[in-house]
Amino acid sequence: MMCASDPSERPGLCFRARAVTRIYNSGAATVHALRGVDLDLPDGELVVVLGASGSGKSTFLNILGGLDTPTSGEVLFRGVDISRADQRQLTEYRRRHVGFVFQFYNLMASLTARENVALVTEIAEAPLTPEAALAMVGLENRLDHFPAQLSGGEQQRVAIARAVAKQPSVLLCDEPTGALDSATGVRVLEALKTVNDSLGATTLLITHNAAIAAIADRVVIFADGRVREVRKNADKRLPGEISW
Amino acid sequence: MNSLPRWMGALDRKLVRELWRMKIQALAIAFVIAGGVAVHLLAAGMLSSLQETRRTYYERYLFADIWAPTVRAPQHLIADIRRIEGVQAATTRIRVPALFAMEGMSAPATGEVLSLPDVGEAAVNRLHLVRGRLPAPGQRSEAVALQAFADAHGLEIGDTVPATLYGGRRRLTVVGIALSPEHVYAIGPGQFVPDDRLFGVLWMRRGALAQAVNQDEAFNEAVVRLSRDASEPAVIAELDRLLEPYGAPGAYGRADQISDAFVSSEIDQLATMGRVLPPIFLLVAAFLVNVVVSRLIAVQRAGIGLLKAFGYRDRDIIGHYLKLVAAIAATGVLIGGTAGIWLGRSMAELYMEYYRFPFLLFQADPADYATVVGVAMLTVMGGAALAVRRAAALNPAEAMTPAPPPDYSRTAGAWITRIKVLDQQSRMILRQIVRWPLRAALTVAGIAASGALLIGTMSMMDGIEVMIDSSFNVSNPHDVSVSFIEPRSRGALFSLAREDGVLASEPFRVVPVRLRHGAREERVAITGAPQDGTLSRMVDRHNRPVWPHPGGLILSSDLAAKLQVRAGDLVEAQVTEGRRPLLSLPVASVTTSYIGSQARMELQDLNRALGEGSQISGVWLTVDADRTEALYARLKETPQIAGVGLQAEAAKKLAAMLDENLGRSILIFVFFASLIASGVVYNTVRISFAERQRELASLRVLGFSRADVSYILLGEVAFLTLLALPLGAAAGTGLAWYLAHAMSSDLFRLPFAIAPATFGVAGAVVVLITVVASLMVRAQIDRLDMAEALKTGE
Repeated sequence: MMCASDPSERPGLCFRARAVTRIYNSGAATVHALRGVDLDLPDGELVVVLGASGSGKSTFLNILGGLDTPTSGEVLFRGVDISRADQRQLTEYRRRHVGFVFQFYNLMASLTARENVALVTEIAEAPLTPEAALAMVGLENRLDHFPAQLSGGEQQRVAIARAVAKQPSVLLCDEPTGALDSATGVRVLEALKTVNDSLGATTLLITHNAAIAAIADRVVIFADGRVREVRKNADKRLPGEISW
Repeated sequence: MNSLPRWMGALDRKLVRELWRMKIQALAIAFVIAGGVAVHLLAAGMLSSLQETRRTYYERYLFADIWAPTVRAPQHLIADIRRIEGVQAATTRIRVPALFAMEGMSAPATGEVLSLPDVGEAAVNRLHLVRGRLPAPGQRSEAVALQAFADAHGLEIGDTVPATLYGGRRRLTVVGIALSPEHVYAIGPGQFVPDDRLFGVLWMRRGALAQAVNQDEAFNEAVVRLSRDASEPAVIAELDRLLEPYGAPGAYGRADQISDAFVSSEIDQLATMGRVLPPIFLLVAAFLVNVVVSRLIAVQRAGIGLLKAFGYRDRDIIGHYLKLVAAIAATGVLIGGTAGIWLGRSMAELYMEYYRFPFLLFQADPADYATVVGVAMLTVMGGAALAVRRAAALNPAEAMTPAPPPDYSRTAGAWITRIKVLDQQSRMILRQIVRWPLRAALTVAGIAASGALLIGTMSMMDGIEVMIDSSFNVSNPHDVSVSFIEPRSRGALFSLAREDGVLASEPFRVVPVRLRHGAREERVAITGAPQDGTLSRMVDRHNRPVWPHPGGLILSSDLAAKLQVRAGDLVEAQVTEGRRPLLSLPVASVTTSYIGSQARMELQDLNRALGEGSQISGVWLTVDADRTEALYARLKETPQIAGVGLQAEAAKKLAAMLDENLGRSILIFVFFASLIASGVVYNTVRISFAERQRELASLRVLGFSRADVSYILLGEVAFLTLLALPLGAAAGTGLAWYLAHAMSSDLFRLPFAIAPATFGVAGAVVVLITVVASLMVRAQIDRLDMAEALKTGE
């Protein structure tokens, strides 16, 4: 169902979210993580999502990625509703369309760089080879290294290679540079930019770091479970031109 | 581990490397499985091997179904015997008790000499010739010797054996060495364990033996094989009717044939052991592995979430983890299977020392393999599948975030906070236990189960010690029992009592009877012993002597149960020798007897009832162990002696066999029980460590010492072990009680007894295992990398 989507229906629109809420009931406390989010994201853009801790940006990203479903509201991916999809359909959606990059890399310690990427390419439909994906992030010489033998920046680039190897429609990155120093972070952003340019995947990049907004096509700012501001970036920079 | 084959998928590579990384933990789990599998295969395999061997041996060597002894019956009766309905084959023979004066041994060896047909092989109870040949027809001095006896005395073909047959002495030349299905377990009078030096069997040609013991054209035993659907009681009744005029005490079946009774008892015991212990082992192992595996997988929830985020389906993930535990379970089954078969083979060799079969191959039934593999794999995989399903049911975003701090407030918070004397670490330990009571209970149950298995198995040794002490030291403190060929006057006692080295002597009278009560009948012998005698008496369970009222009978409890009589009832005793009087005897009391069935009367009462005057069948003696030479020499020369039982030797031999045989089984059980305990403890601590790694690292960061951190982790398992000890003792007591009852047979009853040392040893083993397993994890605490543990998500 998810795959039968017809892009021509809403040309150019990747995600369309309307009145999305997400409420967590953990024990006695009820947490309103999202309080009604409306957002349209066109295909192929590099979007930076800013916001304080607890503003709801990670929850929203998880819902876009099919890791979680909203309590109410509607999320369309290329015209298809993913907010009402069941677990099996969400798995299928993630498998075909979504690549994830996490703050703490979440590599399998027991697999080499190449094998970590292969973990994803083995179940993808038209993947890049692990070698090509790793070359794209500049790690063609570190194919057979285990995570423990790689620096933090290198590990994150393996994670990016792993996310892009399936040639996803959407690349979701939650604080990809959060654990890295500025210079290493820039290398990671360059890798993300390369991927965004060459694959045309809609890329969402969550960060605390306002400086990174400079590389985005579009900047979304979350506050208190809502979208406070969306702005197009007129003066788009290259990752090499920023630092923090 | 870096060079895995190229065709292997990334998920499988992850699997192999993870297995390698957790190899100690995996092995600990595999060992628990192996324990259950090995014990099961060993017991079941030994049982089926012994049954199969016995079946084949009896079949191939035409083992008799019925023995019909007489005093002297004319040979022509064989035609009548063969005509009895249900008789497939029958033969008559001569069977006489004998004494052998063996070279280099002062004590006389007791035994028997049996006749072979004058030509060819026997139609029933055929010999298995190991070497040499059968005696040549017409040769008067040639004999075949039982292999065990020959080996014990180094007898070779051509050697001679001095034998006393009915008072006549002759030298027999050994021409062949053989095994016999009638003498698989060859024991002499008063023995419970074969003493190959003291008990011998020889076979001579019929003509030669008949002449030696004056049985020409006559026989004193008929042996019969039944056709397939024959009724044993009917054939026995017919044989008794036919042979009664010739002094027959009554025919009996295999159940009363001493060798087969012992083999059957051993098989029954193996069956009991196989029915009780291995299922406990297997279930405990399965249960623990189940718990351990589900916790192991719970720790992996982040990894499971990540795989789901990539788009792996639930079934892929479940399959992945099932492969992981299947590899562990398969390792366990393999180790257990190999160990079980190896142990089975060495056990079979040990059996051959006591049970003389021509062959005994340890061979486990394919069904047994299927059972253990099935049970082991199913339980392990079942536990894993549940745990993985639970993990896979989480939504991936939730699974990938560190699990929220568990809520300690509701169940445990309040009251522990109020205990002021506790430090924070102890509070953490207590809360951990109270927060997950089920998990704590399972750990306690696992450790207690191991303790119970230790106590249960070791208690069998305790019971045997009580049995040996009561039967030999208290009940039968004599050294030698001498039995005469025929009842004699009391004068015989005085002549033996005067012998050098004899310290005390008491006479006894034994008469074979059929005890009847209502429709129930048992073949036993009534022993008449002097009132207040000290050399042999019946005792109660507190080892106090029990004496009959005048004219009354004391029965052992097993016999009373079979006859369904109680003290005060009257039983009918049909004497089956001599004048065959029919007596009506009151049962004075019923008491315990650990070995054999017993019926006793006062000697004079018995003689009075028999109306034969003051006759005795033998004498019990205590002797000065340093001055037995003259007595033994005299015994060997006395013509009227049928057999000499050396009680002290028998006790020694029994203790040695039990030590060696049962002792070894128990050692195996103890080993596997320990293996289970160590598997449980190691995994409990190891998984706790994995679950709380971050927490413990944080404490280290806060400045807690390694010892403080270790205390939190190991204190929990130490506390649970302390809880488990009394529970294990209670469960072990129950298991010991059950085993004592289940292991008892017609031949002996295992008393329920647990020595204090057994509790002590079991407790010490459990504590030691806890300490060693904890120390192994402690080494990992010491290597805890604080920064890494706080940073990484997985």
